[in-house]
Amino acid sequence: MNTVISPVPALGPALPEIVLAIASLGLVLLGAIRGDGAKRLIDWIAILALVVAGFILLEGQGRVSTFNDAFVVDGFARAMKTLTIIGSIAAILMSSRFLTELKIARFEYTVLILLSTIGMMMMCSANELISLYLGVELQSLALYVVAAIHRDDAKSSEAGLKYFVLGALSSGMLLYGMSLVYGFTGSVTFPTIAKAVTGGHGSGVMIGLVFIVAGLAFKMSVVPFHMWTPDVYEGAPTPVAAFFATAPKMAAVAMTTRILIDAFLPIVKDWQPIIAFAAIASMVLGAFAAIAQSNIKRLMAYSSIGNMGYALVGLAAGTVQGVEGVVIFMTTYLAMTLGVFAVILAMQTGGKRVETVADLAGASRTSPALAFVMAALMFSLIGIPPLAGFFGKFYVFAAAIEAKLFVLAVIGIVASVVSAFYYLRLVKVMYFDAPAPAFQVAPLEIRGVMYAAAAFVIVFAVIANPIRTMAAAAAKSLF
Amino acid sequence: MNVITLFFYLFSGVLIASAVMVVSSRNPVHAVLFLILAFVNAAGLFLLMGAEFLAMILIVVYVGAVAVLFLFVVMMLDVDFAELRQGFLQYLPIGAVISAIFFIELALVVGTWQLAPEALALRKAAAAAPVDAMNARALGRVLYTEYVYFFQAAGLILLVAMIGAIVLTLRERHGVRRQDVMRQNARGKADAMSVVTVQPGQGVTVQGVKRKDAAGQEV
Amino acid sequence: MQNLLVDYLPLVLFIGLSAVIGLALMIAPFVVAHQNPDPEKLSAYECGFNAFDDARMKFDVRFYLVAILFIIFDLEVAFLFPWAVALKDVGAFGFWSMMVFLGVLTIGFVYEWRKGALEWD
Repeated sequence: MNTVISPVPALGPALPEIVLAIASLGLVLLGAIRGDGAKRLIDWIAILALVVAGFILLEGQGRVSTFNDAFVVDGFARAMKTLTIIGSIAAILMSSRFLTELKIARFEYTVLILLSTIGMMMMCSANELISLYLGVELQSLALYVVAAIHRDDAKSSEAGLKYFVLGALSSGMLLYGMSLVYGFTGSVTFPTIAKAVTGGHGSGVMIGLVFIVAGLAFKMSVVPFHMWTPDVYEGAPTPVAAFFATAPKMAAVAMTTRILIDAFLPIVKDWQPIIAFAAIASMVLGAFAAIAQSNIKRLMAYSSIGNMGYALVGLAAGTVQGVEGVVIFMTTYLAMTLGVFAVILAMQTGGKRVETVADLAGASRTSPALAFVMAALMFSLIGIPPLAGFFGKFYVFAAAIEAKLFVLAVIGIVASVVSAFYYLRLVKVMYFDAPAPAFQVAPLEIRGVMYAAAAFVIVFAVIANPIRTMAAAAAKSLF
Repeated sequence: MNVITLFFYLFSGVLIASAVMVVSSRNPVHAVLFLILAFVNAAGLFLLMGAEFLAMILIVVYVGAVAVLFLFVVMMLDVDFAELRQGFLQYLPIGAVISAIFFIELALVVGTWQLAPEALALRKAAAAAPVDAMNARALGRVLYTEYVYFFQAAGLILLVAMIGAIVLTLRERHGVRRQDVMRQNARGKADAMSVVTVQPGQGVTVQGVKRKDAAGQEV
Repeated sequence: MQNLLVDYLPLVLFIGLSAVIGLALMIAPFVVAHQNPDPEKLSAYECGFNAFDDARMKFDVRFYLVAILFIIFDLEVAFLFPWAVALKDVGAFGFWSMMVFLGVLTIGFVYEWRKGALEWD
C-alpha cells in the first residue's frame, strides 16, 4: 500500500477559529486548576480572545477557502462572523454580575459561550453539508447547557430541556434532509450541489431541501418552528436569553443564506415559496402574539420571531439586494436586541430583578436615561426613520419589491404597523403611567451596552452609507 | 435468492419488528432491550454492505455504551410509563396522519427516482477509496488528513459534551469525608500521636486525633 | 464482498448455535418439567415478608454522569482504531492531527478530574 500524505491544509483562513479554540482550551485548564474564583479573569481573557479573533478576521481580504473547500471565508462570512463575535462579547460582558447575584457564576459559562461561538463561526463559513452540521452541533450542544446553567431553577432547567429536545429533533431533520440531498446529487459541497440541481432535479432533492429548511428554521426560530423561543427566553437567565437572541441568530441566518444561495440558487423557484411562507407567518405571529405579553423577555421572544420573518423577506428575494438587506437588517437587529436586553438587565429594584412591563411604569421620571434609551430602541424596532430599524426594514422590503414579491412586502409592512402597538405601549407605560419603584443604578458594563446600542441606533442614519457599502460587498461575495 | 439476500431480509425484518416494539412495549426497560436488538441488526445490515468498521463501531458504541446510558436514564427518571401511556391512543390519529405523509413522501422519492445526470459520476469520484483496503484503513487514510477539519471539530464537540455533562449533573457534596491518599501518606508521627502525661489518680480523657479538615483547621 | 462475508461464517454459526442452546434450555422445562403452581408459590418472596414496595427505584444521577463520560472516551477510542491501522499511510500530519485531538480530550480529562467528577464519595 503506497503512502498517501495529503498536504497540510492552510490554516490561515481559519485562524480566528483556531485562536478561539486555543483560548477556550486554555480557559478550561485555567478554570479547572483555579476554580470558579478565576471567573473574572477568565471572562476578560475570553473577551480579549474574541476581540483578537475579530481583528484577525477583519484583516483578511477576498475569498479564501481551506480544508478542501469545506471552510470558506468571504465578505459575507466576515460580516456575519463579526456580528456573531459582537453578540458573544456582549453576552459575556453582561452576564458576569448577573450570574454572581444568582450564585451561578461558574467559569464554564464563559467557556461554553466561547465554544459555541466557534460553532457559529463554523456555520458562517460552512461550504458543505458536513461542516455545516458539525458547526450546528457544536453551537447547539453548548447552547443547551448554557440555557440550563441555572440548574436549581425549575424554569431554567425546563428551558434547557425543551431547547434540547426540540433542537435534537431539528438536527435530526437537518441530517435527514442532508442525506437525501447527498443521495440525489452525489455531493455534499455547495457548488457541486448547485451544479447537480441545475436544469432538472427529482423530488428527492426537493424533499431533502424541505427538511433542511425545516431544520434551519428551528435554529432561526421562525414560524412554524418557533414554539421553543418564548419559553426558553423566559426560563433562561436574562444574559443567556440576550445571547440566544443575538449571536446564534446571526449564525443561523448566515448559514441559511449561504446554503440557499450557494447550493440551491438554481432552484430558487422551489424554495422561494417556503421561505416566503415562513417569513409571512413569522411576521404575523410576531406582531400579534406579542400584544398579550406582560413579561418583557417573552415579548422580546415574539419580537425576535417577527424580526426573523423580516430577515427572511430579504432572503426570499434571492437576489444580491436581498442578501444585502439581510446583512443590514441583522446588523440593526443585533444592536437593538442587545440594547433592549441591557435595559432588562438594568431593571432592578431593591436588589430584586424585575422583568414585567408594569415594572417599567413611569421610568421616565425615576430613571430618565433608561427610559430614553428604551424609547429610542422601541421606535427603532417599529422602524421609524431616521433610526436604525427603519433602514434594516427598508432594504429588505425594497429587495422584495424589486423581486416582485409584492404580497410579502405589503404583509411585512402591515405586520410592522401592528407590532408598533406593543412597542408603543412600552413607551406609553414608561412616559405616562404612575411611577413604579425606581430602579437601582445599573452596573457600568450594562450601561455601556445600553448606551452604545442607543447611540448606534440613533446615529445609524449618518453611518448608513459605509455600512451599506460593506453589506453590498458582503452580499456580492455570495453570488 | 442467495444467502446475502436472505440475511438482508432477516436483519431488516428483525430490525423493523424490534423498532416497533421499542415504541409499543409497556415496560421501558424492555423498550431499551429492544433498542439494543435493533442496533445489533442495523450492525448486521452494515456488515452486508461491506462496512465492517461501522458495524463494529455500532456494536461497541451504541450497544456497549449508549444503550447502557439509556438504561440508566430510564431508571433514573422513575416515570410511571403505564400512566404516561394513557394518552397514547388519543394521539394515534395524528400520528397515523404524519406517518401517512411520510409514506407518501417516501413513495414519491422512490417513485420518481431520478438522479441528477452528474450524480453517478460524482459518486464514483467520491468513492475513490481502494476496495481492497480494509475498511478501517480506508477510513483512516482520509479521516485524519483530508478531513482533519471535521475530525478536530468532532473533538471540540466531545469536549463540549464532557463539560456540559459535568456542569449539569455534578453536585459537590458537603460533609462527605473523602479518602485523600496523599494526606494519608504524608501523615507522620507528629500529626497522629500526642503524648499525654497523666497525673496519678486523674484518669485520661479521650482526646481524639488531631487532623486537618478541608479548610485547614484542626479538628 | 463475498469473501468478506465468508469471514463471518464462524460468527453466524456461533450465534446460531447459542440461539439453539438458549432456546432449548428455555423451552425444555415447559415440556419436560412437572408444573403445579399455586398463588403462594408464585408470590414474591422477600425474606419471609411480603414485598415492601416496588422494585423500581430512582437511580442516582451520578450513574448517568459516569455513563456519559464513558461514552465520550469510548468514542475517542473508536477514532483511534482507523488511525492505528492507517498510521503508516498518513504520515506525520496524520500523527499530529490525532495528537491534537487527544490533547483536546486530555484537557477535558484534566477538567473532569479536577472537578471531582471521577470521585464517588
